[in-house]
Amino acid sequence: MQHHKRRTRAYVSTAALAAISMAVLGACSGGESSGDGSAASGTYTWWDPYPQHDASSDWEGRVQACGEEAGVTIERTAYDTTALTNQALLAAQEGAAPDVILIDNPAVSTLAETGMLTTVDEFGLDTSAIDENLLAAGVVDGEAYGIPIGANTLSLYYNAEVLDDAGVDPASVTDWDSLTAALEQVTEADHKGITFAAIGTEEGTFQFLPWFWGAGADLTDLSSPEAVAALELWKGWLDDGYAPNSVINNSQNTTWEEFLTGDFGFAENGTWQVNSAAEADFETGIIQLPARDGGVAPAPTGGEFIVAPVQSDTSRYDVTRQIVECMTTPEGFVETANTFAYYIPPTAEGQEQLLEENPDLEPWVEAVRSAKGRTSDGLGTDYPLISEALWTAVQNALSGVSSPQDALETAQADAEAATS
Amino acid sequence: MTSISPAIRSGRGGGDRAGTRPAGPSPRWRSRLNPSHWTAAAFAAPLVIYLLLFYAYPLWRNIDLSIHDYTVRAFVQGDAEFVGLQNYLEVVRSSTFPTALRNTALFTFGSIAVQFTLGLALAVFFRANFRLSALLRALFLVPWLLPLIVSASTWAWMLNSDNGIVNAILAAFGLHPVNWLTSPGMSLLSVTVANIWLGIPFNLVILYSGLQNIPDELYEAAALDGASAWRRFWSITMPLLRPVSAITLLLGLIYTLKVVDVIWVMTTGGPGDTSTTLAIWSYREAFGTGQPDFSPAAAVGSLLIIIALVFGFLHLQLQRRQEAS
Repeated sequence: MQHHKRRTRAYVSTAALAAISMAVLGACSGGESSGDGSAASGTYTWWDPYPQHDASSDWEGRVQACGEEAGVTIERTAYDTTALTNQALLAAQEGAAPDVILIDNPAVSTLAETGMLTTVDEFGLDTSAIDENLLAAGVVDGEAYGIPIGANTLSLYYNAEVLDDAGVDPASVTDWDSLTAALEQVTEADHKGITFAAIGTEEGTFQFLPWFWGAGADLTDLSSPEAVAALELWKGWLDDGYAPNSVINNSQNTTWEEFLTGDFGFAENGTWQVNSAAEADFETGIIQLPARDGGVAPAPTGGEFIVAPVQSDTSRYDVTRQIVECMTTPEGFVETANTFAYYIPPTAEGQEQLLEENPDLEPWVEAVRSAKGRTSDGLGTDYPLISEALWTAVQNALSGVSSPQDALETAQADAEAATS
Repeated sequence: MTSISPAIRSGRGGGDRAGTRPAGPSPRWRSRLNPSHWTAAAFAAPLVIYLLLFYAYPLWRNIDLSIHDYTVRAFVQGDAEFVGLQNYLEVVRSSTFPTALRNTALFTFGSIAVQFTLGLALAVFFRANFRLSALLRALFLVPWLLPLIVSASTWAWMLNSDNGIVNAILAAFGLHPVNWLTSPGMSLLSVTVANIWLGIPFNLVILYSGLQNIPDELYEAAALDGASAWRRFWSITMPLLRPVSAITLLLGLIYTLKVVDVIWVMTTGGPGDTSTTLAIWSYREAFGTGQPDFSPAAAVGSLLIIIALVFGFLHLQLQRRQEAS
């Protein structure tokens, strides 16, 4: 009997423990989901794609300063770029979207399409000063759904020592022919020519677009002769050994690491590597990506938009607007640019201020001015589908699955099927 | 939260009732509420709730996604149009489907055939306890312990066309470098090799523990009768290991069918579609592009579940027949 009793007690306490742990688990998950969205708290939620900037970073300080100015605390959460889009969609589905999201520009039209974003007009924000080519990525059916907080784009970095050794003058690279000739010279001098990222993700399309657009091709017709010429240019570089075969799998970070080994003459990469390039063991410089027959090729714009998701409690909008404004004044743009070291302000006034402080960024300002939004030209939510077809074609052609012509024809058929 | 609270109530209720029970069990209490039943229910409740939350709900959600047309807008607004089997038809008719199916078959059967053979060979090898065998066996477990992202990245570096160690070794012997990950003919083979390396420890451990259950006397008797090592392997080890082998192969199959991370890190299913399996295809549709396409992704996922189920039933059938005989 005594024995039996003790055993019962053991059961009971185990069961109680189980019940308590369930209760705790329940409380935790309940707390999380109800954390957002209560207006009285004076806490505003903010999501951005910069997990590299932690709570002690300058960026966090900048965000908090904007909150203080508006008299509230900002609760900032950082996600990886692709995860952020998914998180935003899930949150919107649950009706628990944050007050402010900084999101990669091609995703703006996707989020806008779902009806989860407020328009800039609804917020009474003025976008007239923003460069039109940069704002375009956030415009769907004539309505702007966000404001770029800065922009970055691609250019051609070169290793001055390698070019010296090969006897190449970077200023001589003005079109595709002169670039290919330079690559030949570099390769003959026992260096490696150029590295870029042709990986089967959005990054691959991002890197291919300057050549695609530089040839005069258009995203609505992937199999045009101009598009084929651009892909043949890349394919030719691989076949002639001017570019390494590994570009097919390389991300932009990997290609940059390759460039930093000092073997490569050229690397196609972005504004965000400016600091890294300055710290490299060799002297670097940049030139504009050349268009096929000379001039500057339009590179795609990169960079984040600040957007304000729809809230059930519209009284929050007032403070949200103050936060957005704090990020988008000319001073705000320059401060963001300086905090990140790689953002070019999206307004002429901001760009002038930045150049006064940092004249070296002149070529980047020029590149951003001639850059083009990926979702512009009315592509909007069709862009991700076209982009997938395009990077698949690049992969197929470079790896030898099919010829550039065939690969692009398949891509065009796939893109048409996907967007119709 | 609401779905959890009944559990808390029933769990706590069971506890309280049993706890305040007087020392001598009164007959009236027992007739109405048998405390041991309550305790049993309290113990089962967390498991049942866990199963419902983490198995039944996702499965139902997967089917729900696959029979509606979830565009991103519909996903947020919750007003997806019911399309029946349309998504399945589109998936099956897609030009990616035959490639993905073929790649899945090659990847899965190639992986488990070699994993099983090497795992068994190693298990038999380690059965003869020699010095340092325990240490060596532990070392063979390393692939299992490493985070997949680490081992997959390491493989990707080793197989890099220009700077990889494998091509460096080939070059040292005067051979031509091979584009392991970037040529259409090699990419599937490369990811399969990496996956085999990852899967050997699992096979080794399960088969080794299976070998422990084969009595030594059988081997001794066979040795006395003059059976060669080869003969002992085929006539004793293999037949007695059959139940363990079957479950190892089945689990291996299910694991391998759904491998995403290794392939995604090494080739993202490329170049083109040349190393795209069904699992990779599903992942790419849902998360690999700028525009999540959950419905076709869920349809591909359902197909994978069906394939795994077919093999699961096949296993049950074989087992039943074996028990009957």
